[in-house]
Amino acid sequence: MSNKPNKKTVDPASQKMIDRAQKEGVATSWDRLEATEPQCGFGKLGICCTVCHMGPCRVDPFGEGAQVGVCGADADTIAARNLLRHIAAGAAAHSDHGRDVAHTLLMVGEGKTKDYHISDERKLAQVAQYYGIAVEGKSKEQIATEVAKEALAEFGRQEGELKFILRAPKKRQEIWRKLGIVPRGIDREVVESMHRVNMGVDMDYKNIINHGMRCALADGWGGSMIATDLQDIMLGSPTPIRSKVNLGVLKEDMVNIVIHGHEPTLSEMAVKAAKDPEMIELAKKEGAAGINLAGICCTANEVLMRHGVHVAGNFLQQELAVMTGAVEVMMVDLQCIMPALHEVTTHFHTKLITTSPKAKFPGVEHIEFHEDKAYEVAKQIIATAIENYKKRDRKRVDIPKESMDLVAGFTSEYVFHMLGGKYRSTFRPLNDAIISGRLRGVAGVVGCNNPKITHDWAHLEMVKELIKNDVLVLQTGCSALACAKIGLLTPEAAAKYAGKGLQEICEAVGIPPVLHLGSCVDNSRILIAASEVIKEGGLGEDLSDVPAAGAAPEWMSEKAITIGFYFVASGVFTIFGGAQPVLGSKNLTKYICEEMEGITGGKYAFEEDPIKAAHMMIAHIDKKREALKLAPVMYADKKEPAKV
Amino acid sequence: MKGMIFIDVNKCLGCKSCEMQCAIEHSKSKDLFKALAECPIPQGRVKVEKVQDLAVPLQCRHCEDAPCIKVCPSKALDRENAESPVLIDQERCIGCKMCVIVCPFGVIRTDKKGKAMIKCDMCFERLKRNELPVCVVSCPTKALEFKTSEGIAKDKRKDYLTHFKK
Repeated sequence: MSNKPNKKTVDPASQKMIDRAQKEGVATSWDRLEATEPQCGFGKLGICCTVCHMGPCRVDPFGEGAQVGVCGADADTIAARNLLRHIAAGAAAHSDHGRDVAHTLLMVGEGKTKDYHISDERKLAQVAQYYGIAVEGKSKEQIATEVAKEALAEFGRQEGELKFILRAPKKRQEIWRKLGIVPRGIDREVVESMHRVNMGVDMDYKNIINHGMRCALADGWGGSMIATDLQDIMLGSPTPIRSKVNLGVLKEDMVNIVIHGHEPTLSEMAVKAAKDPEMIELAKKEGAAGINLAGICCTANEVLMRHGVHVAGNFLQQELAVMTGAVEVMMVDLQCIMPALHEVTTHFHTKLITTSPKAKFPGVEHIEFHEDKAYEVAKQIIATAIENYKKRDRKRVDIPKESMDLVAGFTSEYVFHMLGGKYRSTFRPLNDAIISGRLRGVAGVVGCNNPKITHDWAHLEMVKELIKNDVLVLQTGCSALACAKIGLLTPEAAAKYAGKGLQEICEAVGIPPVLHLGSCVDNSRILIAASEVIKEGGLGEDLSDVPAAGAAPEWMSEKAITIGFYFVASGVFTIFGGAQPVLGSKNLTKYICEEMEGITGGKYAFEEDPIKAAHMMIAHIDKKREALKLAPVMYADKKEPAKV
Repeated sequence: MKGMIFIDVNKCLGCKSCEMQCAIEHSKSKDLFKALAECPIPQGRVKVEKVQDLAVPLQCRHCEDAPCIKVCPSKALDRENAESPVLIDQERCIGCKMCVIVCPFGVIRTDKKGKAMIKCDMCFERLKRNELPVCVVSCPTKALEFKTSEGIAKDKRKDYLTHFKK
């Protein structure tokens, strides 16, 4: 058990800005949380149904009031339908991102944009192969066009199977086929979800959730995977890169531009434009030393992985970055953007700029992004920031000094091959490390922040406990940024925090014990890495055989639910820090947290205590080791809990 | 803390948050997720009733001259002093339901086991800790407030005068 700290954050930089906000009467997510408490119990339990106009109906969880809605739907049906809506929304978000990327690649192939190029031909050829596209004798533009068209066709496919499904181990594909949950088309599964949850369609909670898995798989092995791969083709596949994280990366003497959101297309151009001599000259004319770009959320992860752009912080730091008083422009696209940002920026000179036609704020400046004039748009935004620099009130600038080094940019293609050394490019050493017991196993710790849980605390506690027990941790999203802030993403962290076995591996290869694989769409990289492990041999035939587990200790987004479901449907034991809204239905809870293991090999657990959760993951990993009859873990004695 | 639970009938949206939080407050764990697994399952003391367009959370009014105290043959219903809430001693209660018959508001009910009566205790334990009754705290529209009767009357006088001036 771990002691839950009674504070808003464990990050000192964030604490300073929270204190400042409080002092200056600026409301942040923590204040707004307090104002909404106690939050509606019916909503928490998933038993409030707003699907039709005979309601809204709620089932009384204490058994005295109504047990069914007006239509007769009980807690099982209501909670399952609500959950499927969440899954569909999450899948839609990731997949629509993937669609935009595919669309941009098509423009590249057809020569309709000069701002993007084909940066990774090897990956292009690889993806072409998955789509069954012959590459011989074709120009890279031609191949890109065909790949983009195939990718776009995956969204509208009506029958058959998504092509990337074939990248999963054979046995896993068969499990999906037997369950009838292989996604046909990405859009089709989302649309069918919305159909099934409509009034009076699917009543059977198991049938509803089974489609939820199909829809989630269309995200993980579809939309998200397309986003990751096509971004790599266009913007370049990441390779390990050094950078810095936390609010201290904002500069007092520079024009600070914070890029926040998810799609890397525009932010990629912003990175380029910030280095444009013409723009730098402009900044200097305004008296600034230069232009400083810093990221928040997954946009941060994308430009960090590919360019080493500094990271200002994770999800709960978006308002806090503005609170420094040193941000000229916060440029946002979509997903995880707090509507409250507008209010916070009004307390400073900071300009909030929206860029996506899909995501606007009332009364906020909108500079719309178009792929065919991407660089021009990026320059316009940067020029706006430079222009705004003189309006900065220097007396009100207060940038916390905290920043931490990190190494990011690991991918399934790169990192595990690296374990074998540059000349022995194979997953063999990773498999051998697990087989020999030097590594206990692998854990994916991902997901958001949530003010209901002390900011970053659950991520840090869980990850430290896992690496202490020789579990290699793979991370994405805001979880990776949390761990980066205390230095877990540096090779030096191995000596300080990792168990002996993991330490030996990190030292031999020169990697951190916690590997940053990218943004939240890049969870697809974890699926591919796990599939490669199976292909390499010695660790079973299916994803559910691998000594591995997943967790989202501070989740908040619907996207997290979808990610959870594609991991569970892929055979992974997955822990969520707070319960998904299902506990109002005992049957549904039992189905996804117990019975599911006999169906997909994966299942859920909900556990708020990160240390307890880590040990549930470790126990699961040990169970899988035993099933594979692997050698006992080499260094079973555990280190004392690491102190920070 | 002294006062009574005031209901603004125009503000109640009928969300039943008060019912749920009341049940949690009267559970062993005081935690929603854990409370659902408790045996017996906890019960709320407040009920939102609806007649036509009017939805109103009803709980014990803790009457000055409480008829339930008068009729209780086993002295299970009682109050410490004139300002204290009316409480039921579950051990003494014989479950005769005379109190249900005489209560003008219908806010006394049988417990899950059917052996004794339950009713609003005005969260007296919370009041001792200087915390407001949980139904008041849980109301998202502030339809429930904790005020003294004199406070209510004063607010009403002010309201009246404000309207009068308009």
